[in-house]
Amino acid sequence: MQKNLLAKTGLIIAILLVFLYGIFGLPKSFNGDGLKAAVLDRIHLGLDLKGGTHLILEVMVNDAVNAETDRAVETLKDELQKAHITFADISKPDPQNQPERVEIKGVSLDAVSQLRSIVSDRFREYDLAGGANNTWALVMKPTAVADLKNRTVDQSIEAIRTRVDSLGVSEPVIQRNGMGNNQILVQLPGVDDPGRVKDIIQSTARLEIRQVFNAGASYPNEQAAMQALGGILPPGRVLMPGASILATQSSPDQVYLVAKIPVVGGTDIRDARPSTDEQGRPDVSFNLTAAAGQKFAAFTSAHNESGADPDHYLAVVLDNKIREVASIKTEIRDTGSISGGGFTDQSAKDLAMLLRSGALPASLHYLTERTVGPSLGADSIRSGVKAAIAGLVAVLIFMLVYYRGAGINADVALILNLIILLGFMGFSSSVLTLPGIAGVILTVGMGVDSNVLIFERIREELRNNKAPAAAVDQGFARAWTTILDTHVTTIVSAIILFFVGSGPVRGFAVTLTFGLLANLFTAVFVSRVIFDAVLSRKQRGEALSI
Amino acid sequence: MEFFRNTNIDFLGKKWYFLGFSLIFSVAGILSMLFWHGIPLGVDFRGGTLVYVKFAHPPNYGQIRSMLDHAALHNAKFQRLGDPSANEVVISLDEKDTKETDLSKGKNQIISALETNPPQGKQDLNNSDKVGFAAVRDSLVTRDPLHAAPAEYDRIARQVLDVLKEHGGVLNSIDELKGVVPDAVVDALKQDFYTSDFGIRGADIVGPQVGDQLKRQARLAVGFSLLGMLVYLWFRFELIYGVAAVVAVFHDTLITVGAFSLTNQEISLTVIAAILTLVGYSMNDTIVVFDRIRENVKLMRRESLAEIVNRSINQTLSRTILTSGLTFLTVLSLYLFGGEVLRGFSFALVVGIVIGTYSSIAVAAPMLVAYQEWRVGRSARVPVSIPAQAGKGKGRAKA
Repeated sequence: MQKNLLAKTGLIIAILLVFLYGIFGLPKSFNGDGLKAAVLDRIHLGLDLKGGTHLILEVMVNDAVNAETDRAVETLKDELQKAHITFADISKPDPQNQPERVEIKGVSLDAVSQLRSIVSDRFREYDLAGGANNTWALVMKPTAVADLKNRTVDQSIEAIRTRVDSLGVSEPVIQRNGMGNNQILVQLPGVDDPGRVKDIIQSTARLEIRQVFNAGASYPNEQAAMQALGGILPPGRVLMPGASILATQSSPDQVYLVAKIPVVGGTDIRDARPSTDEQGRPDVSFNLTAAAGQKFAAFTSAHNESGADPDHYLAVVLDNKIREVASIKTEIRDTGSISGGGFTDQSAKDLAMLLRSGALPASLHYLTERTVGPSLGADSIRSGVKAAIAGLVAVLIFMLVYYRGAGINADVALILNLIILLGFMGFSSSVLTLPGIAGVILTVGMGVDSNVLIFERIREELRNNKAPAAAVDQGFARAWTTILDTHVTTIVSAIILFFVGSGPVRGFAVTLTFGLLANLFTAVFVSRVIFDAVLSRKQRGEALSI
Repeated sequence: MEFFRNTNIDFLGKKWYFLGFSLIFSVAGILSMLFWHGIPLGVDFRGGTLVYVKFAHPPNYGQIRSMLDHAALHNAKFQRLGDPSANEVVISLDEKDTKETDLSKGKNQIISALETNPPQGKQDLNNSDKVGFAAVRDSLVTRDPLHAAPAEYDRIARQVLDVLKEHGGVLNSIDELKGVVPDAVVDALKQDFYTSDFGIRGADIVGPQVGDQLKRQARLAVGFSLLGMLVYLWFRFELIYGVAAVVAVFHDTLITVGAFSLTNQEISLTVIAAILTLVGYSMNDTIVVFDRIRENVKLMRRESLAEIVNRSINQTLSRTILTSGLTFLTVLSLYLFGGEVLRGFSFALVVGIVIGTYSSIAVAAPMLVAYQEWRVGRSARVPVSIPAQAGKGKGRAKA
């Protein structure tokens, strides 16, 4: 019995230590500030407490579908002309509501089979259907539309993430909001100028591709460049700094001589993805819009590795900084690749991501904007914590007064419950929000309830003249079913809340669920061990303080 | 210490009073929802614009009105927020004036309406929307008043923002920074910034689309959690127990929402969280009584169900009052000290805990008995149709 009790006490202390570690980690110093810093390092405050901005954006995915079908219209016109098929008109009847639908009018009947073969060859993602008055509908397949929309949202998320990261916002949340509704949730804790951040997210960052002169080589710095160029910039050319990712240790300020007018502007790039070249080396593939494709083809056929021009290099420029310089291997049309062998898997992925993020694939609308100023957040946490502590202290004192000795059990159980709950939040790096604090308070309420249920039952058993040990035994056994039922029902509702709710409500559900699980341990197991310890020291027949 | 001992109150005998009480409050709430205030939905659900403004001086409401009218914001409403000494006002715009195509338009209109004679070419340091750390640092780096490295200005910009935060986001003048940062910095800041007599402490702008989405989510959350509990109770007890508990919880939800309607307080997302909490809490209370009934049904085979239920309520009364009292205490402290942001949340819980405790005694338990009596009555009248049940009406509820 005694040994068993020791083992249980050991277990409780071990759990206490584990969760204390969850709250504090290993603090650098043990004074007040050191502990506070250690706690804040592990338990993150939500936007409502810390201040920050919560945004929900809708990606106008139809923009992307329209861009795709616009390109299809252009390509189809080209193809039909090449095949000498006459047509009256190729257009989109309703770009607003049916961006996936293209109509071809006035194709002569004897050219239909040719049209079919062109569509099945070049437009794999489209269905062709005949209609009245010799009108043919070229409609993007629903799976292709869904795929494109999905990709558009993913691209927007990446674009936003790149931009937010470049602003140095710490711990941003950027993710899909809900399922299948093309919404993006952006949470920016601690941002004190949300207006600026919002503008940056929504703006299309300027991405360009420019020709690089000097055979693609850089100058160590601007002075060296001017010296090498004889003090005057050649007409139509400018010096542009390389981004830090390009910088080498010997020339951190390197500049390139590039064309003043870009070959491709940011809005010309439709899509980009990492791929591999013929030799299996990583490179980056991209697509251009139809118009830019023609322009780019003309340029790249004139300047590439097989040609005589040594300036067959392109620079990818983002916000006036060169991110990448690559050699042009062959003529590039609307689709092509930036290669040169210098890529690793990662750098190919990064460049593709940059190309994509530079051009937002679709415009963004803000659906929700919540801003909590840092001072408002500080006020909320002050009053929320004050209220929580006031409530807790009142409960602790009451339990001691009402149940005397057993009140200590309840208080120990409650405090341990809080430690486990906060420690769990530290381990899972969950975010403490205002509703989360409310969840903590309700956990305390349920914890009190479990203790009261057990103690009242023990008192009842004692009134029926049971011996203290037997009364404790019966009290716990009888209260257990009730406690289990109440906890399971509440956890069921908390889990439903987690899946149906969003944002702050979810935080509340998580806190409540884990608080209740911790409570099953503290109110039943820990409290029981304390009773056993007290009883083991008592003489037979000595009364229990309850 | 003990408050209740061996109470023997005939709760079931008072069921008509209970019914009357519940009806009065439910009907009052329903009438208010239908004909008076409706269900006052917060900005989360109906969409709209809320801007929390803190003034450096006690605000002149008449002046605010005329400023807003001057900016053609005739639909804008405003009210004081929290303590009068806080000088805080929340200005709200209708969902009609909040469009997803230009979400922050309303907010920007409010800000420019309140700006009186902004100096040309300067930015408002109090208006935190676009002026933050980056703007202050960039200004200092450009002006370079201390001839120091940019890293030094990083540090000073942080200090400036900390002072701003300590003052609740509103400085009376840039001179308030003196003593914290070098005077040269204060002078440099004055060239790029000014302080208006208000600051935006926060804003909630919700477009109608997200509002509808959240409304649907909230309905689903309440509906599914009731269903989940019904199924669990069916599994643990019997269907009628589940039904009685769910009816009691629905009664609580109805009265709580009714209380929001009667007092014309807005139901926000956090209030929904509170209502779901009270669903759990009230259910908890009901289960404690039901558990005792189930236990007593096995022990007291001769007594009628009405007597058993009465006894069970009395046996658990001490626990019910204690737990409710203590939970009420914590929630009350939340209501009193929790600040403006938690007001709606804690109001729902204050009402909900009282009603939830009441309903497990006054609604759920009597329903069990009423069902029992109805069953017995029916099987007595039509004994032929269900002969096997004729003598076992009571036995069914004991399972």
